[in-house]
Amino acid sequence: MKAVLLIDFGSTYTKLTAVDVEAEAVLGTAAAYTTVQTDINDGLNKGLRLLEEKIGKVEFSECFACSSAAGGLRMVTSGLVPELTGEAAKLASLGAGAKVVGIYAFQLTEEDLEKIAKSKPDIFLLVGGTDGGNTECILHNAKMLATLDADFPVVVAGNRTAARECEKLLAGKQVYICPNVMPKFGVLNIEPTQKQIREIFLNRIIQAKGLSKVSDLLSDIMMPTPAAVLQAMELLAQGCEGESGIGELVAVDVGGATTDVYSIADGMPEHMNTVYKGLPEPYAKRTVEGDIGMRYSIQGIVDAAGLDEVSRLSGLSPERVGELVEDLKCHTDKVPNGDPELEKLDYALASMAIREAVTRHAGTIEETYTMMGLTYVQSGKNLTNVKQIVVTGGSLIHTKRTEEIASYALYSPAQPTSLRPKQADVWVDRTYILAAMGLLSSHYPQTALRIMKKELEYHGNSK
Amino acid sequence: MQNREKKVLVIGVIGADVHAVGNKILYHAFTEAGFEVVNLGVMVSQEEYIAAAIESNADAIVVSSLYGQGELDCRGLRQKCDEAGLKGIPLVVGGNIVIGKQTFEDVEKRFKDMGFDRAFPPGTAPETTIEALRELLHMDGETA
Repeated sequence: MKAVLLIDFGSTYTKLTAVDVEAEAVLGTAAAYTTVQTDINDGLNKGLRLLEEKIGKVEFSECFACSSAAGGLRMVTSGLVPELTGEAAKLASLGAGAKVVGIYAFQLTEEDLEKIAKSKPDIFLLVGGTDGGNTECILHNAKMLATLDADFPVVVAGNRTAARECEKLLAGKQVYICPNVMPKFGVLNIEPTQKQIREIFLNRIIQAKGLSKVSDLLSDIMMPTPAAVLQAMELLAQGCEGESGIGELVAVDVGGATTDVYSIADGMPEHMNTVYKGLPEPYAKRTVEGDIGMRYSIQGIVDAAGLDEVSRLSGLSPERVGELVEDLKCHTDKVPNGDPELEKLDYALASMAIREAVTRHAGTIEETYTMMGLTYVQSGKNLTNVKQIVVTGGSLIHTKRTEEIASYALYSPAQPTSLRPKQADVWVDRTYILAAMGLLSSHYPQTALRIMKKELEYHGNSK
Repeated sequence: MQNREKKVLVIGVIGADVHAVGNKILYHAFTEAGFEVVNLGVMVSQEEYIAAAIESNADAIVVSSLYGQGELDCRGLRQKCDEAGLKGIPLVVGGNIVIGKQTFEDVEKRFKDMGFDRAFPPGTAPETTIEALRELLHMDGETA
């Protein structure tokens, strides 16, 4: 046996997954409250004790960790045009596993600066202009940022012509220059920036957040948790040497505060008569819906779906839904636990959370009549041919209706313009191993992939 | 990568117009003539021209229209450019920009009243447009 320990320092729970890489099997999992306020080791040690109770004493030969503790990796971005470099900056940050707490476009104002100071980002991503294009905006914004008395590092990934000047303007701050996120109109180049963000996360932020005090057992904290999940999903879709993947996929994690959606798919137009509009999106794309969550963001789900729809799906009266929602807002740790009313409500809420979050993630298509006949205009990713959906999150795991809920990620004739998957197999991550497998994949890709294929529960074809 | 010694043009076919051939010819002709060209392709909205022109710090916007609805599609573009901070950016339009029996002088006058700097009738050779752009962008004597 060769045991490896994988740790996810989450915002609430520190989750441990023990894996035997020789047998390619999960030995056991355990979770304990994250204790980042006092000493992060308290929570970790408690988790280790729980794990030991389950699987006995195990010598771990290696140990890897990811973290979203202490607020995760908080980023603020500023670009020029919202749909172009503004969007590119957002895509780059989300794909790097960040929690984007502020998005700005055009020239920053005094008010913006006040808000930025208050939101206390871990990293600021400054972009704007294609290479050789507009320099005015990014230089103005660099000047403005320089006046802020805050010590967050700034990643500059805009018009290369202005990069040096930005560095000079920001003298005294930690500045990292990266290639432009949009070097030419409509061309994305976000990987170098993501790599830089991850490096800063490792070298600087982990320490600043008191996460570096973790026991000697740990080699290092490798990445933010969402980046680990994205890595796991890429591996599951594409496979690696010696082990094939399951093909293009969409993954949804419905949490208490947010809903994360990942798509590993090309998503470009299928037909000749379709014109693509807007920024091309990355093959591995992550979005986060901050207003869609089962407890802290429960109101966002009701607002997006409508009270009547939640009432219809749950079979509860609108008044009762209202009452229960108010109650859950105050008692965010409440779970159905057999209560039939809460089970019905959570079913409706989770279904709507998935529908809303995947709709926002997926691209759209519109019909236009031209002199040449019917033409289609697509923006965002076309996921209609994606055949695999991976779901996780408490509301999907602790229910018998997982597949029914997951089917709300699919294309619906009621929303014909939304390019969601037409038909897909559903895989359920019942043991929360996705982040752990992302970590494991850095060193043992084949093993991580085989374990995922084994551990994810297959739910057949959702129609 | 863009070379800022070159003048930057944003080009595309406006509205619900899918005529792609002329657009490709213009792209090659302008590039050949030494311009840096941001080509938005077909079915371009006014907002897309403006967004691309802002990011690329364009020197001019060249609008094509082949399907006869150009006048409707082009209305308000100048005002939107002003609003977006692209004050005074040269706007050029060409193609089958209107339908029906009209003298081109009338058509040209209407487009100039809408804020376009130049309007070209059907069958204009790319060289003519290139010449006009050189003049508009004060490139006399330069190769491009």
